[in-house]
Amino acid sequence: MTAQTITEPVPLARKDFVSDQEVRWCPGCGDYSILAQTQKLMPDLGIPREKIVFISGIGCSSRLPYYMNTYGFHSIHGRAPTIATGLKASRPDLQVWVITGDGDGLSIGGNHLLHILRRNVDVVIVLFNNRIYGLTKGQYSPTSEMGKRTKSSPMGTIDHPVNPLSVALGAEASFVARSLDIDVHHLLATLDRAAHHKGTSFVEVYQNCNVFNDGAFMEFADKDVRPDRTITLEHGKPLVFGKDRNKGVRLNGTTPEVVDLGNGISESDLLVHDETREDSAVAYILSRMQYPQYPVPMGVFRAVQRPTYDDLMEQQIRDAVSREGEGDLEALLNEGDTWTVE
Amino acid sequence: MTTKDGRVTPPINGDTQELDRVTIRFAGDSGDGSQVAGLQFTNTAALIGNDISTVPDFPAEIRAPAGSLPGVSSFQVSFSSYDIHTPGDAPDVLVAMNPAALKTNLPDLPKGGTIIVNTDEFTDANLRKAGYQANPLEDGTLSAYRVIEVPITSMNARALKDSGLNTKQIDRSKNFFALGLMFWLYERPLDPTLRWIEQKFSKNPAVAKANADTLKAGYHFGETAELFPVHYRVPKADLAPGRYRSITGNEATALGFLAASRLTGRPLFYGSYPITPASDILQELARFKNFGVKTFQAEDEISAIGSAIGAAFGGCLGLTGTSGPGLALKSESLGLAVMVELPIVVAMIQRSGPSTGMPTKTEQADLLQAMFGRNGECPVAIVAPATPAECFDIAIEAFRIALRHMVPTIFVSDGYLGTSSEPWRLPSVADLPTIRVDFATDPSTFHPYSRDPETLARPWAVPGTPGLEHRIGGLEKADVTGNVSYDAENHDRMVRFRAEKVARIANDIPDVKLIGDEEGSLLVLGWGSTYGPALSAVQRARARGLSVSHAHLRYLNPFPANLGDVLSRFDRVLIPEMNLGQLLMLIRARYLVDAAGLNQVTGRPFKIAQIEEKINQLVRSKVTIG
Repeated sequence: MTAQTITEPVPLARKDFVSDQEVRWCPGCGDYSILAQTQKLMPDLGIPREKIVFISGIGCSSRLPYYMNTYGFHSIHGRAPTIATGLKASRPDLQVWVITGDGDGLSIGGNHLLHILRRNVDVVIVLFNNRIYGLTKGQYSPTSEMGKRTKSSPMGTIDHPVNPLSVALGAEASFVARSLDIDVHHLLATLDRAAHHKGTSFVEVYQNCNVFNDGAFMEFADKDVRPDRTITLEHGKPLVFGKDRNKGVRLNGTTPEVVDLGNGISESDLLVHDETREDSAVAYILSRMQYPQYPVPMGVFRAVQRPTYDDLMEQQIRDAVSREGEGDLEALLNEGDTWTVE
Repeated sequence: MTTKDGRVTPPINGDTQELDRVTIRFAGDSGDGSQVAGLQFTNTAALIGNDISTVPDFPAEIRAPAGSLPGVSSFQVSFSSYDIHTPGDAPDVLVAMNPAALKTNLPDLPKGGTIIVNTDEFTDANLRKAGYQANPLEDGTLSAYRVIEVPITSMNARALKDSGLNTKQIDRSKNFFALGLMFWLYERPLDPTLRWIEQKFSKNPAVAKANADTLKAGYHFGETAELFPVHYRVPKADLAPGRYRSITGNEATALGFLAASRLTGRPLFYGSYPITPASDILQELARFKNFGVKTFQAEDEISAIGSAIGAAFGGCLGLTGTSGPGLALKSESLGLAVMVELPIVVAMIQRSGPSTGMPTKTEQADLLQAMFGRNGECPVAIVAPATPAECFDIAIEAFRIALRHMVPTIFVSDGYLGTSSEPWRLPSVADLPTIRVDFATDPSTFHPYSRDPETLARPWAVPGTPGLEHRIGGLEKADVTGNVSYDAENHDRMVRFRAEKVARIANDIPDVKLIGDEEGSLLVLGWGSTYGPALSAVQRARARGLSVSHAHLRYLNPFPANLGDVLSRFDRVLIPEMNLGQLLMLIRARYLVDAAGLNQVTGRPFKIAQIEEKINQLVRSKVTIG
């Protein structure tokens, strides 16, 4: 090697990931918190800024790439997973994030979400779920609760809502998690886990739209009631919750039951969370738990390893080259029956 | 079977007659192997030096009920001793393997044509399935034709009785018996097909032997039976020196895109959703993994183009392929590619529309969709190959334009071009054009939407380049910075930039060339697969002394810079198209020329005679007026 000054990469800080664009979400929007935690996470990943790409569709959430000082692509409604798939498959050296929302990801882009998850393309998907259409100013979304009155459902919706995590598990996603915009430590930790997972990471973030659906999650997400109305999933630990850690969840057959600890019921009776279970049946049961019948589970539901689409694609190319040799265009053109005219 | 000038040459050696050109159509049940027989006949004709042109015709149903009319599949091959441009207006010889094949193909056979018919299949049941009240072999239906009755099924069965195969397997070989007979009739060698059989069925020697045996049996039958008073010879064509292979348009298209990847040194990424008649391209490219080609069979058309845009953002050759219905689904994404100014290529192999239309039939009715089928002012570059072999060069050209001008480019072919074949003079890789790709790398001068002063192309800055981190998207961009902008003046400027950028491609493409005189009474102007019949019709008309010239457009947006001038030098302009006048509309609007259309939407290519007739009409009316 010739003499060269090798400069150690300067450690990056959060500010290095803040773009020069003015953030234009409504004041008080939950998106600010998700942006802040995402920017905060970036330096810790140790990935050069130029190797990170944020891709989004359309909606309030999808503005996020403009605010990240990385490469970014604000695409069209619902299609971010398709662009992410093409980019990651052709450039596996990049770290690719998809930012989407409940309308973008589950309504117009539902098909693409299903397929990117089953293919296990190595990207991180963060779905901001505010259960409403914000950018178009207040129509119901595919996650809006049944009967919800909105501008486009004055008598209440008659659409049964979709459960994002159940869908992701049904599509055999290898990493499925849920967090909350205002629980910043949990959010940061969850995004960190997602970023380190190899394969598609799917993170649903409950996000408050303070203009069109204010307080959508407050019943269980408010700081005062959160310990009693949510349950934090921890791998290898029993499902204990409550301010006093005196409640738990056990399985009766395939039905979860909330039990009080004590009076003959101990932690050993509870369901022990195993995010690495090959089959997703228990994770699915957890994904169905909703307030008020159950505490709302937060954290990593499932984290399993299976080959990624981009790796398999590279592997096939390596296999083809080792089997047939590096492609020779001249030889290929002359393949098959040829004849010469003198 | 006539010679070019209509004369019948006297037989050579008493029993061999020389012809300039012959067109044969093999027709049978879609499971009968007509495609295989046709392809083998074609390869052999090509190998012995004839010019060839072929067109297959198959039903959309994979296996329609045996013996039924919708189940008929055919393959037409024209071979000649001179340069030909079409697979022939009409067959000289029809090989009909059953009544349904006879019924569906007879209308195309001119009176006096030859029918070789498999009499074994003319059973009551098969006649009923084909909708014949009476047996056409007996009721005089075929009195105007030369009918040669051959019990192909039973002769094949007899030839293979000791093969050890069961009846069903034996029956499957009968196309080779028919092929052998045709080889005798046209003095073709069996060796190329015997070699092919050996390779193709190497894992099943019993079937290989059966096919070879019945091929020979068919040949010997021709020799021995006195059904044919003469057999025919079509001498070698006078083709340009070089090495050739026979190629279909879709194969050439796939190879062209692969070549573009080699020429640029950038990996090719093909995202596509299977659709007739474009799926061949996906299948072909999927074979080229050792070239580093990545193929992605997407979940739908939208994902297919999205993935190509993603790949292009990453600095690869982003390619997607489809047909008309798929282009409709891709239109929003194509608009995104226009807005973010990334160099993707969309290969659109047109078929009959609207809606699902007739997927296996050809048409040119998606030109205006390619041109305008998006929201907003949304120009893209459009190129279109004229012949199957030319698909190779135009595919390379599509990427050259997309990359140099940073503009999505649509490569418009059609089902006829895609599936028909012709001899392709193989290029040497060293002679192919070089295509430069320059990525932006310098942070001190980089602006995402600054423009090359000559082409107006914006820089291509790919993720992974330090210091060039930037954001792009579908919202309107501020000039130079690429930031989101709702500024009125800026939007007007950017819309004009995008239009002007495409318009300036005209400085970077060849002029349209005239075949014939530089001026005159009539110009026949074509695009896409009408090239063959239009050129042939013009050549015939010129041979008769008419003042007609031919020009063919390979560049449809923008048009070649000299097109307006060329149009102005003719009294009349005729535009034959397999649509209701789409290029016609563009030409009339752009150049204020009172061009006339010749329009056909039958799902079939033009016949030379149709265009020739229209030429006669227009030239005559001109004379009358003049």
